[in-house]
Formats: sequence, structure tokens, C-alpha cells
Amino acid sequence: MSTESIGSDPGGPAPQATDPGRGHAREHGHGHDHIHPAPSHFLTKYVFSQDHKIIGIQFLFSGLIFFVLGGLLAMAIRWQLAWPWKPLPILGSALWSSPSLGYQMPPEFYNKLFTMHATIMIFFVIIPLLTGAFGNFLIPLMIGARDMAFPKLNMFSYWFMWPAFVLITYSFFVEGGSSEAGWTGYPILSIAKWATPGSLNGQTFWLMALLFAGVSSLMGSINYITTIVMLRAPGMRMFRMPMTVWAMFITAILQAFALPVLTSALIMQLLDRTAGTNFFSPVGWQVANSPPVVGGGGPLLWQHLFWFYSHPAVYIMILPAMGMVSDVIATFSRKPLFGYKPMVIAIAGIAGLGFIVWGHHMFQSGMNPALGATFMLSTMMIALPSAIKVFNWLGTMWGGRIQYTSAMLNAMAFVAMFIIGGLSGIFMAATPVDILIHDTYFIVGHIHYVLFGGSTFGIFAAIYYWYPKMFGRMMSERLGLIHFFLTFVFFNGTFFLMHIIGMHGHPRRIADPLVYEYLNRAGVIGMNQFMTINAFLLGLSQLIFAYNFLASLFLGPKAPVNPWHANTLEWGTSSPPPHYNFARIPTVYHPPYEYSVPGVEQDFLPQTEPLPPGIVLDPVMA
Amino acid sequence: MRYWSVVFALAAIFSVGAFVYAPLSGDWWLPNPSGDMHHSVSSFGREIDSLFVIILVITGVVFIGTQVVLVWEAYRFADRVDDAGRPVRQARYFHGSQRLEVIWTIIPAAILVFIALYQMGTWANIKFRSAAPKVQPTAEVTARQFQWIFRYPGPDRKLYTPDDLYTVNDFHFVKDRMTLINLRSSDVIHSFFLPHMRIKQDAVPGMIIPVWFDSDTAGHFELVCAELCGWGHYKMRGNVTVHASDEEFAKWQADLLAEQNRSQLSMATDNQGR
Ligand code: HEM
Ligand SMILES: [Cu+2]
Ligand SMILES: [Cu+2]
Repeated sequence: MSTESIGSDPGGPAPQATDPGRGHAREHGHGHDHIHPAPSHFLTKYVFSQDHKIIGIQFLFSGLIFFVLGGLLAMAIRWQLAWPWKPLPILGSALWSSPSLGYQMPPEFYNKLFTMHATIMIFFVIIPLLTGAFGNFLIPLMIGARDMAFPKLNMFSYWFMWPAFVLITYSFFVEGGSSEAGWTGYPILSIAKWATPGSLNGQTFWLMALLFAGVSSLMGSINYITTIVMLRAPGMRMFRMPMTVWAMFITAILQAFALPVLTSALIMQLLDRTAGTNFFSPVGWQVANSPPVVGGGGPLLWQHLFWFYSHPAVYIMILPAMGMVSDVIATFSRKPLFGYKPMVIAIAGIAGLGFIVWGHHMFQSGMNPALGATFMLSTMMIALPSAIKVFNWLGTMWGGRIQYTSAMLNAMAFVAMFIIGGLSGIFMAATPVDILIHDTYFIVGHIHYVLFGGSTFGIFAAIYYWYPKMFGRMMSERLGLIHFFLTFVFFNGTFFLMHIIGMHGHPRRIADPLVYEYLNRAGVIGMNQFMTINAFLLGLSQLIFAYNFLASLFLGPKAPVNPWHANTLEWGTSSPPPHYNFARIPTVYHPPYEYSVPGVEQDFLPQTEPLPPGIVLDPVMA
Repeated sequence: MRYWSVVFALAAIFSVGAFVYAPLSGDWWLPNPSGDMHHSVSSFGREIDSLFVIILVITGVVFIGTQVVLVWEAYRFADRVDDAGRPVRQARYFHGSQRLEVIWTIIPAAILVFIALYQMGTWANIKFRSAAPKVQPTAEVTARQFQWIFRYPGPDRKLYTPDDLYTVNDFHFVKDRMTLINLRSSDVIHSFFLPHMRIKQDAVPGMIIPVWFDSDTAGHFELVCAELCGWGHYKMRGNVTVHASDEEFAKWQADLLAEQNRSQLSMATDNQGR
């Protein structure tokens, strides 16, 4: 092995291009000097693969399949809200074979719909796509490693999702049906078996599914951290890593610290449900005439534990997208990223502050209101790094030469929509205003501007951008632009007015708003129907994406090595990259965003190409 | 290609338009008595509404500012090529600006801290127990699946005595009085939400939480359960009656007492068998 300490040369001199043997001994992690031959059997190559690229693609397909399921559930939710108790078209008579009730959706089924929609979108779509799919695929390629530090652990991290997939899908069919305690699973509703049908068995399946998903994430995050710390190519200093890698790195740290708390909370709830413990049940409550319980715990404990994980988790759901969007914006503006270091600091700041703001989900929970006041301050402060990032993206585009590819448009939509999601957060952070809007559609609007307007547009940007590298084929740009246009329009049509009905006091999670007089108004009903129509069109527009994605796998034109003329390392190897990624481990000479450097003939300067003589890079913040 | 900027502009105009139109329409604005949409019925309501408007203005300015920049950039800096297919202009080469970075950190930080500090007083008045009015509780409110049970002091004006009065899903209090209730839950978590008074407080099993509010308008309002509490959550609705005077309230209580005595069975036992 090389004598140079592994990968830790921040600030050190840029290494010379040295003997090719040096590279692959260090990235290989266990110090011997050969490369394992590529697996040849179908099973080891594509199913039980230890290749980070295949694992990333496995996560990608699984996530997209659950995206379809989650989307269908969402449309059923919207149907009920716009036309309460009208049987679902086609499905209604198939699902509820009771003509006496007019094939109406039972209210408990509505509760299952939004519980499972949110659970699936968060734990089976967004997190697996962002960290599982793109984290796995991109990290080794972008830092110039041959694979993850622990390839076998990586394989397990995907296969541990399978029990989760099976359990969550199976939960729809158990007695009582799937969980209906909301994706937050608040006790007592979740632990009292007779509180609501979904608490009978569905909740147990829900808990176990989340436990497995959590284990999977934990394995992934340990792998990411180790890989990024240990396996960077020569010259890839920390401050030469692309924002995507930085974001994945910090996300992984966040996850490694927060997940154990969720895991213990899930186990505690599981024990409360099955072993008769009383972590979350107080003295003397009683559900549906069951004998009073001798408790000793309290439901607020669950909320603290749950949000201690799930607040950081909302950053787990957005930081990787921020990183990828930064890369896309710089590439298609043909400009260096504005304020690279402040961006890194902002991400780290978000992660750090992310741990001390969980209480803002509990302003109305009965927690000591003095805590509410301090959580208001910390929550306001976390808005700051987010604002900095927005200004930096705008600064990156300023003076650029913007190329409107599908990836770029989705990335710009990310910025535009994230601004809305960020600003609505300020209303909720202000504790007195939150009294009105907590648990209303204002929150639902906010969630979706962050998760759909943010994370999902980020994922679309990433797919359009890295698809050529992943599959060696180009997607159709024309279909991509149409898909973007329709998605952007119908997304806003679906979600924006949620802010309005929310501030009018429309509670979330109610199967029939017409029960309430103040919601039984023409404007509110009309808005609900408008949103539903848009939601259906939004869903339909995704067919274009599905077609483009699938058809291009076979019919798309062959992708060149570097279709977007980007700088980062993954664009220096073939599309798709070979087993072990690089024929020869690259050496890195400069930061990732050196676009349009004066004097350089092309408008890009790959990280692996030495500076042409006589050129100096801009030293500011680079 | 530069016309993609129009798409972003339209989204921003739609968003701003919705909030500009909102105050003009009773159905789009904050919950207020019908026919009187700019008049919140409670003192907390007025404070919260004005805080809402302040934040709306601040965020509105930031929103318009950032969207204008975005749309302008999308228009101005779109890639254009000349007849020979070469870019008309080259992107500018810079990595950022320390000064700008400092400016756009400090200004938002100041605004955010201002918003936070400015709200503290209102929050303390509405929620801190030390701010609770020093009055007898008007009622003890117990939430259960899926109803609100109110227990009022009887003629002896004391709660938890044998002459207490009970109602279900029917809440009464008096105009212009700071009204205090004790909030409980006997099964799962519920949330006591008075949209017109801008009051929301979870009812947590195992806890007794004081909640206080007022109304300067007599009339009928609604009580909502705002925390998912099971299959019947959506219909856990209560009627709220704000009486114009103490006398009217006393009369209502007297009637209730008479009725309760007549029927022998108190509402409480009546409710046991659900
Ligand atoms: C066609 C797209 C979508 C539609 C129409 C839709 C619709 C909805 C609706 C109506 C609710 C409210 C349920 C309620 O609380 O009453 C909801 C909740 C939620 N959705 Fe979506 N959604 C969509 C996509 C997504 C995506 C992509 C994500 C995740 C990235 C997501 C995550 C969530 C979450 C976290 C909640 C919160 C549920 C809760 O706390 O009760 N949704 N969605
Ligand atoms: Cu309730
Ligand atoms: Cu409820």
C-alpha cells in the first residue's frame, strides 16, 4: 500500500499523476493489488450484485414502482375529498361489494389511504431513491473509487429492504387492514388494538416494515461515510468533492445519528403493542370500553422520539436533492457554483440545526409551551442556511449560459418550488400562527412543496441528468420537456391552493370536509375539486415519464461518455461504467465546477485534466 | 428557449394572485363569521391574524423578489447560439462573492430573529400557564372517540361536585369573557380546535391542559377535532354557542339543569354505553 495516509489529504499538494498501481490498491479497501473479475452469472451480476451501480439501479426501480403505488393512493385520497362518499370510479364496486352502502369508501379506508400514501412516499420512495439509488450509484463514481468500502454490506442494505417491501404490501391484506394511525403513528391510536381497525394488525406490520427499512438505511449510511472518508481518488480533497457527494456525506451522518432513535422508538411501540409494556400509555385511558390500562408512560414520549428522527429525516429527504440540483445547475449554466464553500457550510448547518428543532412539530401537543418558544427560535435559524442555498443557486445562474435541458428545468423548478416550501415553513415556525394552521391543509401544502416540488423535482432532474451514465442510452429530450411542463403546471394546480384552504382552517386527514359548516362553502368545495382534477392530470402526465424512461432503455440513442460536457469524474468513464468503474483510477486536479474558465478552449475543464499552462483558476472561495 | 421563463413567471403569478385574491373572498381568507370576514371574533384571533399578515407581507416580498430574479435569469441568460451554432456569449467566470454572502446571511437572519421575538409575547399569552386567567374554569372538556363531553359547574359554581351539568358536543360560553377550560382525553389523542377563535390544543390522555380564549361576538361557531383519532375522526364535531350575556348563559344552564333532573339519568351514564 501507498505510504500516504488513505484519502486524507485536504489542503495537501495536488498529487502528481503517479503509477497506476497506486490507485487501485487504496480504493480497494483491503490492500491487495488485484481486481476481482466481474461476476459472470446472472444472479451474482444483477440480483445479488455487490456492484454499487447495480445496487443503485435496483433501488431506483424499486423506488419507482412504489412511486406508482403511492401515486394511485394519492389519487384515491383526492377523489374522496372532492366528491365525498361518491364511490371510486371502477374500483368502488370491486373493493366494497356492498351495494347497500352504495359502494362508498368506508372512512377507515380513507385513513388507510393517507397513512399508507405518506409512509410509502417517504420511506419507500423518496429516501430509497435519493440515498439508495443516487447515493449508491454516484458516490464511488464521483470520488473516483472502484466501489463502496463494504460491497457486501451494500448488497445487504438493498436486500434488507425486501422484508420491508413485503411487510408493507402485505399489511393491506391482514385482518383490520393496513395501519391507519397516520405516518406519524401517534399513540394511543397506534397501540390500542381496538382504537381503529388498522390498529388491529396493520400497525404491527407497519412498525416491522419501518424497522427493516431503517436497518437498510443505516447500513447504507455507514457505507457512504466510510467510502467518502477512505476511498477518494488521489487529489480528491474534501473541498474538491461535488456538492452531490457532500450532501450524501452529511445526509449519511445525519442518518447514522438519528436512525437509532427511531429504531428504539419503533421497538418500544412494538413492545407496547405485543408485550404489554407501557412506554407510551399513561394511567387510566380506556378505548372502546376495554378495561382501563395501568400505564406509566405517555404519548408525548413517542412524539419526542419520533420527531427526533423524523425532523432530521425531512432533511434526509431534501439534502441529497439539493446536492444533485447544485451539480445540474452549474453544468447547465456553464458556470462555477456560486459560493461552493458557503454551500457546504450551509448543508452542514442544516444538519446540525436539524437536531434541535424537532419540537416544532409539537407546538400544540401539550408539551411545555416554554419549550415551544425556544424551538421557535431554533426553527427560524434553520431557515437561514436554506435561504443561503437559494441565493447561491440564483447566483450560479446569474451571468450563465443557461441550457434548457429536461434536467435543468427540473432543477430550476426545484429552486422555485423550494422557495415556496421554505417560506411557508416560516408561518409554521411562528408559534402563534401555527396554532391556526397546525394540522390543516396548510401543512399538507408545505409538505408537498418541499417533497414534491423539492425532492421529487430533484429526483427527476437527477434521472434526466444521470440516465445516460446509468444505462448508456439517452432519454428523449422532447418527451422530457413535455413531461416537465405538464408536471410543473399540474403540480402547482394540485398543491398551491392547499395553503389557502389550510389558512381557512381546513383540517388535514378528514374524510369528509362537508361535515363542517365553515368548510361547506362554495370556495372551499370548488378548490378541493380543482385540486383533484389537477392531481389526476398530474398523475396522468407521469405516464409520459414512464414511457420515456422504459422505452429509452431499449430504443434510446447510445449515450456518449460525456453528453453534457460536465467536469465531474463519473463523466470520464464509459457509459455505463465498466465493472470497477475506471480502467485506471483518475487523478484529480481541481474543484468540480470549473466551467467557462477564461483561456481554456472548451467551456469545461474536467477534474481529471491538468490545467493548461498559463491559466490560473479564480482563487475566491474555490 | 428563453420562453421557459414564462412558465416560471406564470407559476409565481398564480401563487401571488391567490394570496392577493384571498382577503377579498370570505371562503379564501382566515376563518371568520360569514358576512363579516375581516373581523376575527376573539382577542387572540386578532393578534394571530395580524401576525399572519405581517409574515405574509415579509414572505411575499421575499417570494416576489426571488421569483423575479429567477424569471429574469431564465429569460436573460438563456443560451443562444449564432447562425454558425456558436454560443453568442460566454458564461461569466466567477466563484462567488464574500461580501454578497455576508449580506444575504445577515439580513435574513435579522428578519427571522425579529419574527421570532415579535411573536413571543402572543405565544406566552395564549399558552403559558402563568398567563391563564385567574377565573374558575367554565368547563372540563373530555375528548373521546368521537365526541366532546363538557362538564359544567352546577348551581354551587364548583366543578367536580354532584350537581355538575353535562353536555355532549355542545359548548357554551359567554361573550367578552376570558373563558378557561380544562382539557382532557379519555382514550386517544384528540385536538381541541376552535377555528374562529384561533385556538388549538391537543387533548392528551394522562394530562389535564388548561386552555383559555374569548369571543366578542355572540352566535354559533364550530368545534373541530384536529388530531387523527380513528375512523370517525372526521365527524368529531361540536357546536359552540357564544351567549350575549351572563344572564342568557345562566338561563341556558338553568334549563339544562331542569332537563337533567327530569331525565334522572345524567348524561354521563348515558354516555357510558356508546
Ligand atoms: C400526485 C401526487 C400527490 C398527491 C395528489 C398527493 C396527495 C396527498 C394528500 C391529499 C395528502 C393529505 C392527506 C391528509 O393529510 O389529509 C397527502 C399527504 C402526504 N403526502 Fe402526498 N400526494 C402526492 C405526492 C406525494 C409525494 C411525491 C410525496 C413524498 C415525496 C408525498 C408525501 C406526503 C406526505 C408526507 C403526506 C403527509 C401525510 C400525513 O402526515 O398525514 N406525497 N398527499
Ligand atoms: Cu378526535
Ligand atoms: Cu380526531
